[in-house]
Amino acid sequence: MAGWKDEVEEIIFPGKICVPYSWTVGSTLSKWYVQLRDDGEIWANRCPSCGKVYVPPKIKCIDCYKDMNDWIKLPGTGTVETYTVVHYSEPGLHPKKPPFVYGVIKMDGADTGLVHLIDGVDPDKVKVGMRVQAVMAKERDGHITDIKHFKPIA
Amino acid sequence: MGKRVGIVGVGQTHHASQRLDCSGVELIAEAVTRALDDAEVTLDDIDAIVIGNMDHFENVNYVDMWATDGLGSCMKPVIKVTTGGTTGTSVAACAYYHSASGLFDTVMAVGWEKNSESDTQAAIATCANPVLERDPFAGAIGPLATEYSMYMEAYGATEEDSARVAARDRNNAMNNIYAHNRMHVTVEDVLNSPMLSYPVKFLDMCPRSDGACAVIFSSEEKAKKLAPQPAWVHASVVRHDYTHFGDLAWQWMPTLEMATLEAYKIAGITNPVKEFDVAELYLPCSTCGVKWMDSFYFCERGQAPKLIRSGATHMDGILPINPSGGVISCNPIGATALLRVGEAAWQIMGKSGDRQIPNVKKTLSSGFGGCSWTDIMILGADLP
Repeated sequence: MAGWKDEVEEIIFPGKICVPYSWTVGSTLSKWYVQLRDDGEIWANRCPSCGKVYVPPKIKCIDCYKDMNDWIKLPGTGTVETYTVVHYSEPGLHPKKPPFVYGVIKMDGADTGLVHLIDGVDPDKVKVGMRVQAVMAKERDGHITDIKHFKPIA
Repeated sequence: MGKRVGIVGVGQTHHASQRLDCSGVELIAEAVTRALDDAEVTLDDIDAIVIGNMDHFENVNYVDMWATDGLGSCMKPVIKVTTGGTTGTSVAACAYYHSASGLFDTVMAVGWEKNSESDTQAAIATCANPVLERDPFAGAIGPLATEYSMYMEAYGATEEDSARVAARDRNNAMNNIYAHNRMHVTVEDVLNSPMLSYPVKFLDMCPRSDGACAVIFSSEEKAKKLAPQPAWVHASVVRHDYTHFGDLAWQWMPTLEMATLEAYKIAGITNPVKEFDVAELYLPCSTCGVKWMDSFYFCERGQAPKLIRSGATHMDGILPINPSGGVISCNPIGATALLRVGEAAWQIMGKSGDRQIPNVKKTLSSGFGGCSWTDIMILGADLP
């Protein structure tokens, strides 16, 4: 393969498909986002059959396929299950400039983890098992970033 | 030879241009729940699931995992199948293979699309070869328009012939509570609708819809227990071509002809117009409802205009085509071809409501995709 450049002239077509997207959140998540936006509260839903509590809420229980109409308000506190400190830059993907921390927060009162940013603490001080609480954004528009981040409970 | 398999349940959503009341996963849940109810089974009875859509249409690349709560697939064997427009019949064929293999008894096929969430034409354009044909020829309307203009020239078919098909399918949809577009139209309305790409006009062409469909297949012994009248699979055939538009045989449709002939051979069909009681065909444009009649062997080459003009394919004709209203009335793309199978199954099971054709014993369903691909499924009231 070493000499291929003598035989093949490189012709490369740049391409860009412009496909706009808009995702309807649906009936279950719309309840969740309205609570988050209007009241700054994090809610979960519970399976009427097995009792498992999901945050974010599920349309149907993953295990039982039951409708999930049983809603619970969570206290907004939780425990860091795992995390990473991001040091590289990916402007199209990352919500903020590095270094920053994100992880999985096991929410009090729920059986599942919520993926979010962890801030208000030196990145080097973040630990698995750390107790955290949600910090709400002042201006909320019904988006996952209505939760600004989770910060350590003093 | 595989084991004998029957369809025991069908569910579909109410389809619309935009289902803003629900997410894609909730659409899937609506179809799955209705299919389970239709078959009077629970998810515990489902041994495997096959799901499909077009990744580009919603920008979701692993629906088999992403949709788990709506699909009910946690800890079940699941396979995602995506083959463009034929996705719906491909998931049906794949579910049938699963069940016919003897490895799984009851298998659910699910197709869905939430077309309102993106630009369908821009996404469809990705099926064309990017360094040769995408710029000059891509999109859904243009290739269908070019094949019909050729057929018109060769056989004297007219714009009025395709308008007859459009009026037939659109008026049939008035009887289908699930269909997206339900409108009474005349041949003149179709002819007077805006020209999209000669000779295809607005009312000739399919919409793009939000919707989902689920169809439950079961092996012989189980199917007999689950349903009083299963819709038995008599033939399932897939033929795909390659994707260079310039190489396709535009005067015929080789994949359709080869898939059809093979399916007729397997099912022992010698006179399709007489032997089928209903056909639910993936006709993305009313022009296909003329030209492709030749390739389904419903008539001699070039005789499709005569067949359509005779009224033989209307609800009271010898072979009603698309009692549901077909694809030009409702097109949730990943579900569209599966709806052809599900609608045909319901005709055999006697569950078609206002669009029911009396005493249906044998049906033909087709799927069409991408650059002229074809799937065929033949169903029957009696065991094959």
